[in-house]
Amino acid sequence: MSESTFKTEQPPTALQRFKASHFWHSFKIDRVAQLSFLIFLAYVVLAIFASLIAPFDPYDASQIDIMNSEIPPSWQAEGEADFLLGTDAQGRDMLSTILYGTRVSLLIGLCAVALQALLGIVIGLTAGYIGGRVDSFLMRIADIQLSFSTLMVAIIVLAVFQATFGTELYQQLAMIMLILVIGIAEWPQYARTIRASVLAEKKKEYVDAARVMGFGRLRIMFRHILPNTLSPILVISTVQIANAIISEASLSFLGLGMPVSQPSLGSLISSGFEYIFSGVWWITVIPGVVLIVLVLVMNLLGDWMRDVLNPKLYKG
Amino acid sequence: MPLLEVNNLEVCFGLRSGAVKALRDVSFTLQRGERLGVVGESGAGKSVLGFSIINLLSRPGHISSGSVHFEGKDLASLAPEELRSIRGNRISMIFQDPMMTLNPVLTIGVQMVECLLAHRRISKADAKRIALKKLQQVQIPSPEKRLDQYPHELSGGMRQRIVIAIGLLLDPDIIIADEPTTALDVTIQAEIMDLMLNLCEQNNVALILITHDLGVVSQVTQRMLVMYAGRIIEQGPTKEIINDAQHPYTQGLMNALPQMALPGQKLNQIKGTMPPLQRIPKGCSFNPRCEYVMDICKQTLPSFTQSGNCQVACHMVAEPMQDKMLIKEV
Amino acid sequence: MIAFFVKRFFQAVVVMFVISLISFSIQDNLGDPLRELVGQSVSEEERQALRDEMGLNDPFLVQYLRFAKKAVQGDLGDSYFFKKPAFDVIMKKLPATLELVFGATIIIILFSVPIGVYSAINPQSWFSKTVMGLSIVGISIPVFLTAIGLIYLFAIELNWLPSYGRGETSNLLGWETGFLTADGLKHLILPSFTLASIMLPLFIRLIRSEMMEVLQSEYVKFAWAKGISPRRIYFVHALKNTMLPVITVGGVQIGTMVAYTILTETVFQWPGMGFLFLEAVNRVDTPLIVAYLIVVGAIFVVTNTLVDLIYGLVNPAVKLAGKK
Repeated sequence: MSESTFKTEQPPTALQRFKASHFWHSFKIDRVAQLSFLIFLAYVVLAIFASLIAPFDPYDASQIDIMNSEIPPSWQAEGEADFLLGTDAQGRDMLSTILYGTRVSLLIGLCAVALQALLGIVIGLTAGYIGGRVDSFLMRIADIQLSFSTLMVAIIVLAVFQATFGTELYQQLAMIMLILVIGIAEWPQYARTIRASVLAEKKKEYVDAARVMGFGRLRIMFRHILPNTLSPILVISTVQIANAIISEASLSFLGLGMPVSQPSLGSLISSGFEYIFSGVWWITVIPGVVLIVLVLVMNLLGDWMRDVLNPKLYKG
Repeated sequence: MPLLEVNNLEVCFGLRSGAVKALRDVSFTLQRGERLGVVGESGAGKSVLGFSIINLLSRPGHISSGSVHFEGKDLASLAPEELRSIRGNRISMIFQDPMMTLNPVLTIGVQMVECLLAHRRISKADAKRIALKKLQQVQIPSPEKRLDQYPHELSGGMRQRIVIAIGLLLDPDIIIADEPTTALDVTIQAEIMDLMLNLCEQNNVALILITHDLGVVSQVTQRMLVMYAGRIIEQGPTKEIINDAQHPYTQGLMNALPQMALPGQKLNQIKGTMPPLQRIPKGCSFNPRCEYVMDICKQTLPSFTQSGNCQVACHMVAEPMQDKMLIKEV
Repeated sequence: MIAFFVKRFFQAVVVMFVISLISFSIQDNLGDPLRELVGQSVSEEERQALRDEMGLNDPFLVQYLRFAKKAVQGDLGDSYFFKKPAFDVIMKKLPATLELVFGATIIIILFSVPIGVYSAINPQSWFSKTVMGLSIVGISIPVFLTAIGLIYLFAIELNWLPSYGRGETSNLLGWETGFLTADGLKHLILPSFTLASIMLPLFIRLIRSEMMEVLQSEYVKFAWAKGISPRRIYFVHALKNTMLPVITVGGVQIGTMVAYTILTETVFQWPGMGFLFLEAVNRVDTPLIVAYLIVVGAIFVVTNTLVDLIYGLVNPAVKLAGKK
């Protein structure tokens, strides 16, 4: 695969190296990966520019008219051209609400996973590099943490939090709480994988070389070992973002997540659920489809990366 | 008629990057009760040869051409059910690592009895009796106890004895042993090899011994094949090859043996490494490493030449005009 | 065997201790029991006197021990909403949740094992490829959307199955069961499939990948070389080894399953513990929340012990019973 790495004529630029890599090559031939990546990119762009694209501002009460509630999507007989995807029970434009909701869902997913990664990488590097008692202690904690299901922990923590502080304060802090809870609950995924790759990398010569050259522990860990654990991190992150988005949606669906006034995709689905029996399907179904497609492309990307990078992921 | 006759066997591994030939043009015979050694470096195709005889190559490997005739039946084109009735019954195999060969979740008894029941219509009690008898033959201490034990309760040497006992369960005609002692402790390697040799002699079982250990081959086998990069390059009576190897590669292997080096001298290694199967050079596949390489070696594949009782695939042996060529080059 | 149970018992004690500590701090922080009792119209001195009398001014440890002592006896206080002992309220809902989990487990085992095994044996067949494709779609659908989809299709459009509640139940030795009536079973179908839907793709993929790994192993190759039948190789030699990691993962997933009962029960208004818990959260019914936590903790301990026992039965390298 990389027979020519020993030739040292001209150090190739990062872009050249990337273009020559197995990673790029398999991306070029995999239609599913390309399509997934494009869709994901579209989601990110739409989320970032939600306030520019959306025809209405769903957070602005003055733009909402209750008289406009439950209008079906514009292609249906009773639909109105102003509201492409119809309106919800409060009269908010579905398209705008979904755009803003996607932004909320993605933001929470990305931030929560960033927090997981940060915690997991620091703890995993520490455990793997220092070893000994520190290692067994941290890994024991990871085991315990993993034996509780994330959703369970999140439900209990958020429920208690909500009961303690009252619904109003809770609604203001909901986004931060969701990020914290989902972020903290899943760090062991990263920590175990990072630790395993650190243990594998530690045996290799370049780490010894770095140590002989007198580099400090921190420098060796972050400058030398961490870059070599990037592929497992990449694979886990993709799947973890998908999981975090699902967790957030589930919590919001239960009423423990984002409030209806500032909905994520999950709370939007939840608010539509009570109307589905009366035939008002679009409040539930459209954000549902948006959510499923987002999670699906993340999972497909994760699967593809797992096949291509084939990192040694921690099992069990 | 020989017991086993392999003709122009070719094995392909269909990989995504294209098909790779792991065995090319392999032909040899095996007589009843004969002991045949197969030697070569790792990657030369020894193990593939062992598995292809009973057509047990794992995907994506398959026999792409040639035949393996066992008592007149071509195993390479036999229906799965018929093939199954030969595997373990008439031709059995002994694997390299006894730690991995036995199923960790089944007792020794179950793993022995199932093999008997698969090939013979006998009662479980009878099967157990036979299993016990075989365990006694392989000289395992307290054999009755072993039937109810799990593999992890036994040592490596004991497990390999059990694997041998399973190999002998149905009194096969051929045993294919793939590096049967490599994974074992040095101290018990000789013990296990002696045991195998004795059992084969007693029961008149033909043995195909796959190994990289020339010492073992010279002690145990009557005939041997030397393999290089998927081909047989020399075959014949073991004694003749050991005493007077013709192919430069075989000579190199002999010289690399520790007992061939004088004390204090470095071991004589063959320079270079065997090419990967995807990049076998044109002509004789050994030519980049050969001390006596000639122009023709880089162009044409050498065919077998009879030399004494041996067959050698080497241009140097085939064309006694080598002296002329050497002069020409000077 | 005794050593195993002693170890397990010790672990259980630790887990329950931690849960009781958490529960107690919740109870301590959530809501003032005094207000529940006397309301606002009592003077500050009277309040202090009452607090002293009720032991609310005692040190934390003393209060915790009192709480723990009562908890061990099954007394977790009365539910504010139901005005009945919280523990009894929870226990009354337990059968509904357990039956839901049981139904889902049956579905998971019934589908994941054959599908996983088949697609491991024939990885190139169109069926396996379809299964792999569908499983990733399955993983990507949140459980509440599965629920809504199933309700929409089978309850609203086709009108084949009921969309909420448990239906008719019958009393079996004090256990309210929906398994014995046709109506109860009908009500169980959609929620069970919903709960199973989140785990099923995971297990199919897990069984498939583990089985494929086992099929590459030396001992399976040796089994082929022995000439035993493919069926025996797949189902005796390979499956047993495949199930070892699957059982371990299954044990961990039980926790997730309990969490997902909350979601499933909410959508189907299934009268189980999860639904009750969410209601209790909305009503700030502290004793009920605490009771739920403790019962769920107990379920964790019991199922983990069971999983370890099963693992020990399948894997001879793990000695539960010591040498014979």
